[in-house]
Amino acid sequence: MAYSLEGKTGTWEVVCGLEIHAQVISESKLFSGASATYGGAPNAHVSFVDAGFPGMLPVINRECVAQAVRTGLGLKARINLVSRFDRKNYFYADLPNGYQISQFDHPIVGTGDVEIELQDGTIKHIGITRLHLEQDAGKSIHDQHASKSVIDLNRAGVALMEIVSEPDIRSPEEAGAYLRKIRQILRYLGTCDGNMEEGSMRADVNVSVRKAGEDFRTRCEIKNVNSVRFVMHAVEAEALRQIEVWESGGEVRQETRLYDSARGETRSMRSKEDAHDYRYFPEPDLLPLVLEEEFVAGLKAKLPELPDEKRRRFCDEYAIPFYDAGVLVAEQATADFYESVAKGRDTRLAANWISGDFFAAMNRTGRSIENPPVSGAALGELLDLISDKTINGRIAKDVFEEMVETGAMPGAIVEAKGLRQVTDTSAIDAAVAQVLAANPDKVAEYKSGKDKLFGFFVGQVMKAMQGKGNPALVNEAVKAQLG
Amino acid sequence: MSLDSATVRRIAKLARIRVDDAEVGVLQTELNAILGYVDQLNEVNVEGVAPLSGGAQMAMRLREDTVTDGEQAENILANAPDRVGQFFAVPKVVE
Amino acid sequence: MSLLNLTIAGTAQALAAKKFSAVELTAAHNAAIAALNPRLNAYITTTPELALAQAQAADARITAGTAGPLTGIPLAIKDLFCTAGVRTTAASKILEPFVPPYESTVTRQLLEAGTICLGKANLDEFAMGSSNITSGYGPVENPWKRNGSDARLVPGGSSGGSAAAVAARLALGATGTDTGGSIRQPAAFTGLAGIKPTYGRCSRYGIVAFASSLDQAGPMARTVEDCAILLGAMSGFDPHDSTSAERAVPDFGAALGRGVKGLRIGIPAEYRMDGMSGEISALWEKGVAWLREQGAEIVDISLPHTKYGLAVYYIVAPAEASSNLARYDGVRFGARVDGEDLIDMYERTRAAGFGAEVKRRIMIGTYVLSHGYYDAYYLKAQKVRNLILRDFNNAFERVDAILTPTAPSAAFGLGEKMDDPVTMYLNDVFTVPASLAGVPAMSIPAGLSAEGLPLGLQVIGKHFDEETVFAVSAALERAAGFTAMPSVRAE
Repeated sequence: MAYSLEGKTGTWEVVCGLEIHAQVISESKLFSGASATYGGAPNAHVSFVDAGFPGMLPVINRECVAQAVRTGLGLKARINLVSRFDRKNYFYADLPNGYQISQFDHPIVGTGDVEIELQDGTIKHIGITRLHLEQDAGKSIHDQHASKSVIDLNRAGVALMEIVSEPDIRSPEEAGAYLRKIRQILRYLGTCDGNMEEGSMRADVNVSVRKAGEDFRTRCEIKNVNSVRFVMHAVEAEALRQIEVWESGGEVRQETRLYDSARGETRSMRSKEDAHDYRYFPEPDLLPLVLEEEFVAGLKAKLPELPDEKRRRFCDEYAIPFYDAGVLVAEQATADFYESVAKGRDTRLAANWISGDFFAAMNRTGRSIENPPVSGAALGELLDLISDKTINGRIAKDVFEEMVETGAMPGAIVEAKGLRQVTDTSAIDAAVAQVLAANPDKVAEYKSGKDKLFGFFVGQVMKAMQGKGNPALVNEAVKAQLG
Repeated sequence: MSLDSATVRRIAKLARIRVDDAEVGVLQTELNAILGYVDQLNEVNVEGVAPLSGGAQMAMRLREDTVTDGEQAENILANAPDRVGQFFAVPKVVE
Repeated sequence: MSLLNLTIAGTAQALAAKKFSAVELTAAHNAAIAALNPRLNAYITTTPELALAQAQAADARITAGTAGPLTGIPLAIKDLFCTAGVRTTAASKILEPFVPPYESTVTRQLLEAGTICLGKANLDEFAMGSSNITSGYGPVENPWKRNGSDARLVPGGSSGGSAAAVAARLALGATGTDTGGSIRQPAAFTGLAGIKPTYGRCSRYGIVAFASSLDQAGPMARTVEDCAILLGAMSGFDPHDSTSAERAVPDFGAALGRGVKGLRIGIPAEYRMDGMSGEISALWEKGVAWLREQGAEIVDISLPHTKYGLAVYYIVAPAEASSNLARYDGVRFGARVDGEDLIDMYERTRAAGFGAEVKRRIMIGTYVLSHGYYDAYYLKAQKVRNLILRDFNNAFERVDAILTPTAPSAAFGLGEKMDDPVTMYLNDVFTVPASLAGVPAMSIPAGLSAEGLPLGLQVIGKHFDEETVFAVSAALERAAGFTAMPSVRAE
């Protein structure tokens, strides 16, 4: 069912579009040779170009251009072979030149399309309007000094991609799913690390509300929201605020707002109030950006497999359910890990183990897929021991925990602890006979029709065999001896 | 087109130049003289003419992505009118 | 012999022959500056000790036999070029305390060639002006006088300090920059040669920007040959400037002797303007005759959008300037005036730091880019700019170079033409179109007015064809035989 909000005057639909600012992964800045690395001593990663000194000129970074093209290709978008840079003029303490170099009406990437999946399994398409390259600003810090704000220009000039969506988003859930999906694609492409805490990805959220069948109403822009959860909250909080304004007879004013995560509400941003005449004009220090077809084709040829394609391939190639494939492709590294384990083995068993015990162990130990609690080779060996019936599934869980704890290989653990499963039918028969003899009353109950006790006997036998009995053979023997 | 005094004030605000009342009138006259002069462009038929934004008629060269600059905070800060440690300093901004 | 009245080419020979040393030459210039600069105000900042140190290094190179044609040549550097460790003001109070920690590419190349920096030459504030009266450090006096008059005349602008310094023998040559005529018009007003090369020929890196799509560096000197030598050292591809052209620098000096035989020289009808003085048109006729006599073919051409050049210029240049000058906000460098808050600090800093002309241009530029006016002014101007470029491209299908006057009048008096900004802007009417089209253009001294003031002719060439410009200019120079000197000069 479609998401909607109930007001006093009826049902409202939420209309939302996102402008995602994603920091480009590169060594140096978009227009200068200073390092683009996060952090560093104040004003260390700064050139005279970044600080807007007299006579300094921008020179564009090839890799940043390539990253934007890769991202465009990943968003199934049109690559504009001719694009242009413009100046966006406004004064701010952390904007050294008094303008930001951006792309206004000729962006490097045009329209594209992104597929998102909702909780109920529905697939929805969100249109991409454009992607353009621009410079990041520096950082104003207001709590360092009693009467002054201080400025660090380390971020100034770092390349950003602004990815603008169509107003196709209709609920907080969709907004969250879209942001997560973009983050996933960029991480796959290696064009942005998607680290929202460090600010390498943030979103401006455009929200408006309307009644069914209406045209768009006035929208507000909520600036710099820096987590998926906050984006989802901001959409809802802002929609509710606007509904209240409309329903109390007011008019929503187009403005820039701020999301206050502590209060869970949006508020007007005073400092940006008179800054909306940006006086865009073509950046005269740069020439048009002209890309050769071969440059784009070369990047396309080297594009990694993206999550949607990978997920479909996993379903086909490894015969695993669509949902499980989605879990496994969430991160490129996880998908690679899965493939290294599943190749030549029972692919479903591999999927179950990774999304089950392996993930659980990873979370519990605070490890990551790059630094896993159990190596792919070790996990593969464990699966082999299960498949060739050296151990059974129950024992495998114990072996796995031992692997996590000690780092030992599963084969060695099985040998050292004598955990091989018992397939010797005489030994199993003996154990069954012993259990039945020790429980004559239960045997009588079973025979008088209490079928459920079958499991009890199997359990007792397994226990007597320290869990090492081959489950199928044990079942068979119990059945035979109970007659 | 001609400018009124309110527009002169608005433009001064956008350009972050403080103007006093006496200056507004002078600027208004001077700016209107300039705008009056450039209005002759209205005579020119530019239908189908592409705008020419730059002096150079070529495609842009791309720089290799290597770190060649930075790590000179003292030079960057040497001309600063005010600083706090390794930061530039400005009057406190309330967001 | 006077060490001050030589050409660069002649000085280089004398230095090589050890007739005098670079230190002696520099000391003579330092002394001349000390004597005359208080009157002419051609330099904002003088650097006598630095100059002597550089001269010693030059003498060492000469002795070692590693000197080039510019080693030991003392120059005035327009105070728009950032010079490492030497205050750079752009003639603006807002940059009064600014000492760049970096060197512009053009001056770095000149230093590498062994030139000596005598000081930073005065100019119109941020190069915005045609008379050097907008400098925050006082006007420059033109060393030339009208016959029998001691009235102070302007040297032209914006490179007025560079022009006055070279004309008064306070430097052998100078760097200038030209956005709409700022090399050519002051060269004409002071009896010098000066060339604005093709846009992209000289790097703009480290030159305080006025209007990025128009600004070009170029030399000013007492002969066409000296300009060729200087431009050779100033030119060349610079990876730090995206608009710099990736082209080899030709041997400009080699073009000087080519002559004009067989060249087609265009005479644009639209440069015959109402109210142009009779002696300017007479000089132009003379120039035509000189070239014809030397074997050039004279072709009447049309540059139909010439009259709109100034209007385009006075939209495009202020628009770019309004943005380029936004960085002067009192935060990272330059002067600051404290305020109640950040915005107040900006507004007070910029109100106090910028002069009236700069404020006017920032205001106009801000207005023509602002919401609702962009299409009517800026976009329209860009389209007409394209028509002006087409005019030149069409003309250059028929001719090799174009000959025009440089300015509509000789140097005028301080205080004249100052009734309103537009009258002053009309000075640039002949120089602005070449700037808008990005083509090279040179002014050469071609004669004297009835009042005894120098007048210039302008040679305009095709993109990156400075060689033809030099060939034509040298031919005109030979024919004109201009030897007059200003009455105020160092001996």
